[in-house]
Amino acid sequence: MQLELKMEQGTLVVRPAGELDLGIAEDFRNALDEVLDQGAVKNLIFNLSRVTFIDSSGLGVMLGRYKRITRTGGQVAVIGPQPQVRRILELSGLFQIMNEFRNEEEALAKIS
Amino acid sequence: MQLINQMKVEFLSIPANVAFARVAVASFASQLDYTLSDMEEIKVAVSEAVSNAIIHGYENASDKFVRVVASLTKNALQISVEDDGRGIEDIKQALQPAFSTNPERMGLGFVFMQSFMDSFQVDSAPGCGTRVKMVKKVSTLVEQGSQVSPEH
Ligand SMILES: Nc1ncnc2c1ncn2[C@@H]1O[C@H](COP(=O)(O)OP(=O)(O)OP(=O)(O)O)[C@@H](O)[C@H]1O
Ligand SMILES: [Mg+2]
Repeated sequence: MQLELKMEQGTLVVRPAGELDLGIAEDFRNALDEVLDQGAVKNLIFNLSRVTFIDSSGLGVMLGRYKRITRTGGQVAVIGPQPQVRRILELSGLFQIMNEFRNEEEALAKIS
Repeated sequence: MQLINQMKVEFLSIPANVAFARVAVASFASQLDYTLSDMEEIKVAVSEAVSNAIIHGYENASDKFVRVVASLTKNALQISVEDDGRGIEDIKQALQPAFSTNPERMGLGFVFMQSFMDSFQVDSAPGCGTRVKMVKKVSTLVEQGSQVSPEH
């Protein structure tokens, strides 16, 4: 899968691209957990602007990382979901627990 | 309703085939006049049913087969997704939102299938596999050509 990861002042910025389904769920989860295991990540930002499809497997990976981050007092933010992805996030109730921001800068300023 | 077209595919129970299945069904369905958002909903529903067959039905074994049948009538698509896996003990419980037998999962698959499709049915028994049948109608709210042209 296509995935960019960037650390900014204790916040891990995650930029996946393409379709977040069962086909990539394991790679996605492992890539994130590898960084989280190092213990330096406080908050997480999911930039979904290049994600064209998501289903319960992609959501499951996001929610699992949310649980890890919030256990240590961190926050998780979402940026830029395309309309079809936004609908799935809304239906799943994910926006009730993750704040959405207009862009990465705004998210970094608000949660760091 | 009279059938105008039908497709049957069978593929190995590997994660990469989830994308294959949803794209195959969506492209077959494009013979009818679905909106873009209908197409997205069809893709999510197929994705969920096929993922469930692989994850729960076959417990991630990669040497089993999932069957998908898509049938078109003039104004609807019927999709059937079948596995010969372990089956569901309590269907009513499985259909409850947020119910999952896997602690890592959220129990959203059936919720998406039910909210995105016009009808939905699960047939399953322990040891006898599972079949999910779903129907998506073409929405006919806006009749084409019925728009009134502006007066000058
Ligand atoms: N094909 C199947 N074979 C056996 N059990 C199934 C099958 N499909 C669903 N189930 C059972 O029904 C439950 C609910 O399914 P559902 O798709 O709603 O949630 P989930 O798959 O557990 O989680 P999510 O879809 O959010 O990843 C599953 O946890 C599983 O126990
Ligand atoms: Mg599921």
